[in-house]
Amino acid sequence: MSNYRFSRRSVLKSMGLATFANCTPGLTFAEPRHDGNFVLLLLRGAVDGLALAAPYGDGNYRRLRGELAIPEPGQSGGLLKLDGLFGLHPSLRNVHQSFSAGEATILHAVASPYRERSHFDGQDLLENGARQVGVVRDGWLNRALLQMDRRSGEEMAVALAQNTPLVLRGDNSATSWAPSQLPDVGDSTLRRLQNLYADDEFFASRLRQALRSQDIAGDASESGNGRRRRNDAKQFADLMHSAARFLTAPDGPNIAVAELGGWDTHANQGATNGALANRLEALDTGLGNLRDGLGEAWRHTVVAVVTEFGRTVRVNGTRGTDHGTATAALLLGGAVNGGAVVADWPGLGVGELYADRDLKPTVDVRSLFKGVLEDHLNLAPEFIEQSVFPDSRAARPMRNLIKA
Amino acid sequence: MLNKTVLDADIISSCFYSLNYTLRAMSVISPLATVNQQAAITLYPHATLPAIIEGNLLSKAVIAASRFGLGARPGELATIDRNPEKWLLNQLSGPSRPHREIRRLPASDEVLVAVQALKREQRAARKDGNDDVVKTYGRTVRRHYMDQTSARYRAAAETDLPFHERLVHFWSNHFAISADKQPVPAIAGLYENEAVRPNVSGKFVDLLFAVEKHPAMILYLDNQRSVGPGSSVGKRANRRQREQQVGLNENLAREILELHTLGVDGGYSQQDVMGFAKVITGWSIGGESERGRFGGGVPGKFEFRENIHEPGSQVLLGNRYAQKGVEQGEAVLRDLASHPSTARFIATKLARHFVSDDPPDSIVTRLADTYLESGGDLPSVYEALIRSKEAWLQVFNKYKTPHDFVISTLRAFRHTPDKARFVTGALDLMGQTPYRPGSPAGWPDTAAQWGGADALYKRVEWSNTVAQIIGKRVNPVDLGNSVLGAAFDPETRKAVARAETVTQGLTLFLASPDFQRR
Repeated sequence: MSNYRFSRRSVLKSMGLATFANCTPGLTFAEPRHDGNFVLLLLRGAVDGLALAAPYGDGNYRRLRGELAIPEPGQSGGLLKLDGLFGLHPSLRNVHQSFSAGEATILHAVASPYRERSHFDGQDLLENGARQVGVVRDGWLNRALLQMDRRSGEEMAVALAQNTPLVLRGDNSATSWAPSQLPDVGDSTLRRLQNLYADDEFFASRLRQALRSQDIAGDASESGNGRRRRNDAKQFADLMHSAARFLTAPDGPNIAVAELGGWDTHANQGATNGALANRLEALDTGLGNLRDGLGEAWRHTVVAVVTEFGRTVRVNGTRGTDHGTATAALLLGGAVNGGAVVADWPGLGVGELYADRDLKPTVDVRSLFKGVLEDHLNLAPEFIEQSVFPDSRAARPMRNLIKA
Repeated sequence: MLNKTVLDADIISSCFYSLNYTLRAMSVISPLATVNQQAAITLYPHATLPAIIEGNLLSKAVIAASRFGLGARPGELATIDRNPEKWLLNQLSGPSRPHREIRRLPASDEVLVAVQALKREQRAARKDGNDDVVKTYGRTVRRHYMDQTSARYRAAAETDLPFHERLVHFWSNHFAISADKQPVPAIAGLYENEAVRPNVSGKFVDLLFAVEKHPAMILYLDNQRSVGPGSSVGKRANRRQREQQVGLNENLAREILELHTLGVDGGYSQQDVMGFAKVITGWSIGGESERGRFGGGVPGKFEFRENIHEPGSQVLLGNRYAQKGVEQGEAVLRDLASHPSTARFIATKLARHFVSDDPPDSIVTRLADTYLESGGDLPSVYEALIRSKEAWLQVFNKYKTPHDFVISTLRAFRHTPDKARFVTGALDLMGQTPYRPGSPAGWPDTAAQWGGADALYKRVEWSNTVAQIIGKRVNPVDLGNSVLGAAFDPETRKAVARAETVTQGLTLFLASPDFQRR
């Protein structure tokens, strides 16, 4: 942040705390990266899947959605066509581009096992991978880290958030990073702080991880010119640039988790334009930045975009939608076997809705995660069943999500 | 690198990205030249801190100050040491004594009426393309938010009733509203001071009534929009319009059950949520509604609207509520307040806040029993907490939240921030923007949720920034002795004493595990 930058790793090394990976730095740096990247994007607040990917070909869609229905593909402000049944929200131009390039899959009528209507419990279950609320305290992606091939001794996963989301919290070490605008702390102070923390693992491990992230993100924080960025759509767009930096750093993480809120559209949700459209645009811009920032590495990347649950099929009394059940999810990336909508469409007709108000779930979101873990990150099926998603046999891993 | 204590203007101007810029961006100061001057005036009135002799103070006083209070101000430990329990309990007795910063704030109804009028003007102006008027709304809301935030942290920095103040913050977070939804930022602090503050040392049920009827809560959880389908307005609207139906909004009802009273495992169903939503239809705000569908009542104040209230009796948690009007909802709230699930839920949250992230069942049960036996009398529950040995067992069991960290730093330096952005800037960075938890669940209260690597690093950066601002004015070892007393770890003291510079010593002290825990 000042005109003089130094490598945080020099602090680590001088402390004798450099990890074993650094014993052969030449090797680590020279090695091209072929391993898979995985980005998990948590959309907090329950995204309306029927707006994200609208079933315009379902005869009941327009009737039930009323003023929230989005015009058909080809019309002004209309959906971006996916197939004869579904269209993407017109804000999702980058996603549609990826879809057309065979690098995006839209999954529909997806839900976690959660069937109640609390955001907080819904998010917990999406992130801890359990079948019931309140049972499991760590995140499924954290548990999955145990068996991932470390390309170095460094943390494999980064949370691009002020505070690590539940999905990455747990016994396995993960790091976190978010942009800062404060002056740098001097080397000498950091060294002394490491000494001071030496006997307190809670502080010691966190400082170690933080210093490493400073190394990777160094340039990113400079490009961010230090101004306070209040607009969180812009923040998210910048954050996706940083995500790309972490994932392409020579011995950086290959798992990243980020989050974007503001989806709880109880009132004045809008259709082609409006509150939800703006949110989707922020998401789409961020995804575009991630794709561009990854460059070559996009080929080995899978991005999963998920939310805790969907929203009611019918419009509520305040031109919005209330907490629902099934929703849509996205998979993007050069490694995705994309270009199709994957859905066992339950329909929106009489008797087809869940509890007569929500889209009925036909796919367990854990099936999607399990497919990615097995086919993209090469985790053993038994490990996934026993440790990552215990108690999930019924949710079979989805096949063909990833390019062979 | 700016790791020297002297904030030399030449050094700074030579930096591509200067500290000056950063500090100004945080509104810590205006022109840099006044840093030391300002520090001298506001940070510390005395030339040196009163040195407090090591070992003189029992760790019980430190726990009272750090865990129950907001972190010691220099000199505070000596006061507490005479009788820590009594020091705490005395803060609960007598009428609420708000700090002068709090007393000078405007009333929420006035602010609400004013900003809603601006909102209407803004809408009209947007059509006419009048940008100035459009911006006025945002500016006004922000000014109110900053005023209230400033008052909150100035009061917290100075108060000599820090346990009472912590309870205000605790309950304000329990009954959280979030400033990411308009017009909440304009009234979030007023809500805390009007609904929560006067009621933290009374009966839980009174606190519950006050928050659920406060316009900020009603607006935040959309209850003013919730229309009973069988009410006169509901029937008429739904007969007339096909496309745009009016109807129930379950938000407030759900959060009262899940987050305010029973807790998510408290034994209620979706049916109960629907029933309760019907019960509280009509809990609204006076004045004309957004689309002018209904009016009446005192603008900006709680108003029960009979014409949108769902008529008839409702069944909830196995009880039938046949009351009419606002009394139906009040009866439900009363039953919720005395429900064993509520007792357990409140007891767990208090124990988690004051004892440990994973509180022992013994203390949770004791607090829950006290709650039920005393009819939800909060001071009785606090007293049971204070009298519990679990609360005093371990020194510094809780990792401070950013909010705790910033306040305890202000208190340690006897620094009352002139500008709210000193605080909001710090808390934004550390992930706890004031009055903006992002959801009605409020901020989390465990280290797992605050303990990210980067989150810790931001604390180190902020410690360093604060240390640079106050520079030479404070002796770091004296500071440690006076705010941590006997709990100032000898190793930490050694590290602080051996620091190269005062700035470094202060940074190490603020970032030390000793100071980061409470």
